[in-house]
Amino acid sequence: MVDFGFGLVPSSRINLDLFDKDKYEELAAVEPDVRICMACGSCTAVCTAGKFSTTSLREAIEDIKNAQPAKAVEMLQACQLCGKCSMVCPRGINTRHLILSITKTYSTK
Amino acid sequence: MTPLFHLLAVQAADPEVIDRIPSGYSHFVIPFTIGITFMLCWIGVGCIRLLAAIPQSDRLKFWKSLFLPKTIIKNLKDLFGDCLLHVKIWQRKPLLGYMHSAIAFGWFMLIVLGHIEVALFVPARLNVTRGGLFYPIFYRYFVWMNPGHTTLRGSFFFFLMDFFLLYVLSGIALAMFKRFRSIVLGMRHTTKPSLADRVALYSLWMIFPLRLLAESFTADLSGGSFLTVGVNHFWHLLFGDKLWFTPCWWAYSICLGLFFAAMPFSRYMHILTEVLWILLRNAGIQPHHPRKGVAEAEIYACSSCGLCLDACPMNVQKKNLKYSSVYFIRFLRRHNEKKINAIADKCLMCDKCHALCPVGVDAPALRRAQRATVNNSLPYDYSYLPSACAGQLSEQKVLYFAGCMTHLTPRIIKAVDRVFKAAGVEYAFADRDGGICCGRPLMLAGKTEAASKVIEANKKLIVESGCDTLVLSCPICYKIFKDEYHLEGIKVVHYTQFINDLIASGKLKVEKIDEKIVYHDPCELGRGCGVYYEPRAALGQAGTLVKASKEYDESVCCGGSLGSLTLDTRDRARISESSLEILLAEDPETIVTACPLCLKTFSEAVSNSRLPRKNVAVKDFAEVFCR
Ligand code: SF4
Ligand code: SF4
Ligand code: SF4
Ligand code: SF4
Repeated sequence: MVDFGFGLVPSSRINLDLFDKDKYEELAAVEPDVRICMACGSCTAVCTAGKFSTTSLREAIEDIKNAQPAKAVEMLQACQLCGKCSMVCPRGINTRHLILSITKTYSTK
Repeated sequence: MTPLFHLLAVQAADPEVIDRIPSGYSHFVIPFTIGITFMLCWIGVGCIRLLAAIPQSDRLKFWKSLFLPKTIIKNLKDLFGDCLLHVKIWQRKPLLGYMHSAIAFGWFMLIVLGHIEVALFVPARLNVTRGGLFYPIFYRYFVWMNPGHTTLRGSFFFFLMDFFLLYVLSGIALAMFKRFRSIVLGMRHTTKPSLADRVALYSLWMIFPLRLLAESFTADLSGGSFLTVGVNHFWHLLFGDKLWFTPCWWAYSICLGLFFAAMPFSRYMHILTEVLWILLRNAGIQPHHPRKGVAEAEIYACSSCGLCLDACPMNVQKKNLKYSSVYFIRFLRRHNEKKINAIADKCLMCDKCHALCPVGVDAPALRRAQRATVNNSLPYDYSYLPSACAGQLSEQKVLYFAGCMTHLTPRIIKAVDRVFKAAGVEYAFADRDGGICCGRPLMLAGKTEAASKVIEANKKLIVESGCDTLVLSCPICYKIFKDEYHLEGIKVVHYTQFINDLIASGKLKVEKIDEKIVYHDPCELGRGCGVYYEPRAALGQAGTLVKASKEYDESVCCGGSLGSLTLDTRDRARISESSLEILLAEDPETIVTACPLCLKTFSEAVSNSRLPRKNVAVKDFAEVFCR
């Protein structure tokens, strides 16, 4: 085949076949709030860590749903658990526990 | 009965008290002796194990503390005040305090006086090989009062023994009553006893009535005072001269034996472990693990009294009772890992249970240690910290650090700025453009190591600024800056203290207006750092301060606390509502708080609540002074 030089960067390609439903249910069992995020991005707007790094809870939740949990875990490593996101989240998500739970559930270490 | 009397009369000589049974032994003492030996061995081994489990340096500190005059005095004070007289319970719930002290102090006095009697009248029997373990306990069984030789001293002891027996009995009666009608003693919720608790409880209830029975049956042999002799006459009226006292002494001994045998597995172990815990606590040793070492003494010192049940803000809903400290401790004892974690994560870390616990069990600290066993090893990456905290030398001596939460409620920043300007305070703003977190939320979540990284970075920033006073508007920040930052040469103050000083020194002029103000003690500021006075002093100058129905160390968390990891929004809202009700007890026009989190929580609660008082204003402390 002719290579036109177009293509996605492999790491950012979303492949939903890889979505691990069991793991996600495991996460949702310890923190059901993960299901109600509406990706508004308020958490990211106020994020203390996000000022200095690429931390974004919104993105981390998306990453998990997009079968890229490693990205989510890495992103959340900069979080300081300061709680600003929980103060602004319009859905009343218990963000700090969600962050801890994502790390616990998906961490490979 | 009568034959015995005759027999003894033959050997009657001068002494006041005659050792009635030469061997100083009777079979009925066996149950008691087995029980007490088992319990003493258990606690002996436990103490050795516990002391072996704490770090060498702590152990040294412990031994040393036992000889320091200052700690000796404190130890004695606490042992008498907390273990025997239960002063802390008295202060809060007098009837409950009476109950606890009647049983503890009364029993203690009975044991001590019993031993003194033996030492005075039959000193040889104190020797362990001659029955020293049980003889003083069953003294009345073994001796015969020489009629006509009773001295004033002897009668005095008879009186004291009867008096304290009556005292204990009154406590036991209250305890029985409390089992069925706890609210009378001021407790809304009581703990559910476990099986061993029940065995120990029922035998404890039986011990003293049986003692009265046994001693009153023997009273015409071994003497007695108003109580035992009185009851003895009653028996004579009822049964004539046929008094079977041996079964009573057997029953008394069996109950004692049962109690001591069940003790190590029941809440009553606290009677002895409390002593060890007070000594360790006063030596200043901190637990490093939620179960091992000092923590072990701490969790076994809990008496399951259940005072933390009513204290806990989570318990506005009955379903949350199971997350109370008393159950946390119970599950720690049982090594029930799953339940321990669930309970540890739920708590708001408001510290109220610790402040009100009669034995000073620091359950929130244990919860933090428990969270750390799970969360401290989670990965983190703070490589960005150096760039976030590049220090900058400032000319101002006063440095203001707002913190994350205050940045979300900028009205506080504005108010602080206006107050500072009005008072002519030149200051530098450490995190004007946003900074990093203070580390307290990480600490509360058990990510201790990560917290220390954040602390280090912030500390550098502050030290390099060259300030001599650091002012904080968030109690969460204040707590950790005070406790963990160790900023030598820099005065760390909360803005309530700072502003109060400005008023006191006349730099800030305050106009008193006719406004009814109620002040809410934020958990981290009040119980956390002991700042109760300054905010009230300052507010008193600006308006009329009215009382909340619970304040100072009884103040209730607003529900917004960062301490809890798992409490959901709905549960929090219920807490806020009940907290609001407490504040509105005397119909204030304004609620003032000194914490950005409380400010936000109460502002929302007022507009959402079902209470009829929507017009009450919620203000930050600084806002009161820039009207
Ligand atoms: S808790 Fe973490 S994710 Fe949330 S605002 Fe703070 S640093 Fe950002
Ligand atoms: S603020 Fe809440 S709802 Fe919005 S993206 Fe963040 S977690 Fe999701
Ligand atoms: S923790 Fe303290 S208040 Fe709670 S049950 Fe134990 S002794 Fe009582
Ligand atoms: S710290 Fe507060 S919320 Fe936690 S158990 Fe104690 S009283 Fe309850």
